[in-house]
Amino acid sequence: MQDFTAAFAHAVTLVASGDRELLQIVLLSLRVSLSAVALACLIGMPLGAALAVLRFPGRRALALVLNASMGLPPVVVGLLLYMAFSRAGPLSALGLLYTPTAMIVAQTVLVTPIVAALSRSAIAGLMDEFDETLRALRASRGQRIATLLWEARPALLTAALAGMGRAFAEVGAVMIVGGNIDHVTRVMTTAIALETSRGELALALALGLVLVCLSLALNAAALGLRPRAYGVAYAR
Amino acid sequence: MPADRRVLPFRHTPAAPARPVAMVRALTLRRGGRALLDGLELTLFTGGITALLGPNGAGKSLLLRALAGLIPPDGGAIDLAPHTGAPALVFQKPVLLHRTVRANLAHALRLARVPRAARAGRLAELLVQARLSAQAQAQARALSGGEQQRLAIARALAARPRLLLLDEPTAHLDPASTAAVEALVRAAAHAGVKVLIVTHDRAQAARLADDVAFLAAGRITEHRPADDFFQRPESDEARAYLEGRLLL
Repeated sequence: MQDFTAAFAHAVTLVASGDRELLQIVLLSLRVSLSAVALACLIGMPLGAALAVLRFPGRRALALVLNASMGLPPVVVGLLLYMAFSRAGPLSALGLLYTPTAMIVAQTVLVTPIVAALSRSAIAGLMDEFDETLRALRASRGQRIATLLWEARPALLTAALAGMGRAFAEVGAVMIVGGNIDHVTRVMTTAIALETSRGELALALALGLVLVCLSLALNAAALGLRPRAYGVAYAR
Repeated sequence: MPADRRVLPFRHTPAAPARPVAMVRALTLRRGGRALLDGLELTLFTGGITALLGPNGAGKSLLLRALAGLIPPDGGAIDLAPHTGAPALVFQKPVLLHRTVRANLAHALRLARVPRAARAGRLAELLVQARLSAQAQAQARALSGGEQQRLAIARALAARPRLLLLDEPTAHLDPASTAAVEALVRAAAHAGVKVLIVTHDRAQAARLADDVAFLAAGRITEHRPADDFFQRPESDEARAYLEGRLLL
């Protein structure tokens, strides 16, 4: 128990003093996860909107696949990408294995279905409300999608946050495709796993503290960003 | 002539011979295997306000949606005159964007492809027309019901339509809000927009309409000047409707 107390005290010191190694790991985590979430939003939100608005054969099947993909096991995604990026794999020429880019790709694959499925569901709900009005205003299909995306912004923010939660907490896929190499591909989750297995609880705890604070701060920021128009939502 | 007809500030007096705006020929619309509109014929002429009356479930809203091009006919045809352009449609419950009044109108002007340089002037014009200049920066969804409906009508007018379709625009409004909406509708008609309004308010139809089209059993049973219709309804259905006896 005394060991734990000492480890916690050391962890707080590491965070407070802005330990260089800790900072490096945190910054790489932010770079990887935020890039992945940004890419996932760029792909997932228009994809979700298109699935909600457009009518084409296979739309329901695609929506089903998307929903099912929300629960993709990270280690399996990591393994498949490892095989694709490895020397014998089809994407070996890209030379991405054990790089932060590979980790971004892996997290993008994991986060995109979450963002797309949540966006689709939010926009499908708005479609019922807005579709006739927008068509009566002669909005083109593209204009309808763009309008619905903007109208759904609180729900899309929630989708992005859910994706961010997944990205920051994810360990299996980045461990496999990144390799957890010190100063190169070591991020918060993989470092916590490694340090805990080595019995170095102070750094693991310090990283854990940062991770929890980051997650709380992002959620609070998102709440603060909630558009003013929705504060008076549906007032008549 | 009823007393309330004489106080109208302006009633459309056609300066030029009326031309057809829209011709509905043998229109059939089916819902759930039942023909709600069955060989419906209606011709709307330029200028003035036409009230579309009929019992609940007669298919008045369906007809408006078909005229606006939102639903394809199951039979027959709707011919819009070349000078008519795309009709504008306003619903009973306005669906406004979660944006300011100004942003709602700006959005409609973009959709109407109004050139960027002309948008600010047109937007100010619409705000004045709808008497919403003071609320330009207010959130649209925070407006009163009457203000929301005036904004919805102003938004529909953004594209300068020649035919304005209104689906019970004052159904949930108090008398003062109703009067403000009616003033906006009259002003639009006065400016040359043909208005087709669905209403269940007989007094409103009498106040606003130049002519009345009565819809029952899937057809327009009569289409006559408003005074004639209210004083001497020709069809049994219209008589029963006006006496409160017609139910579908």
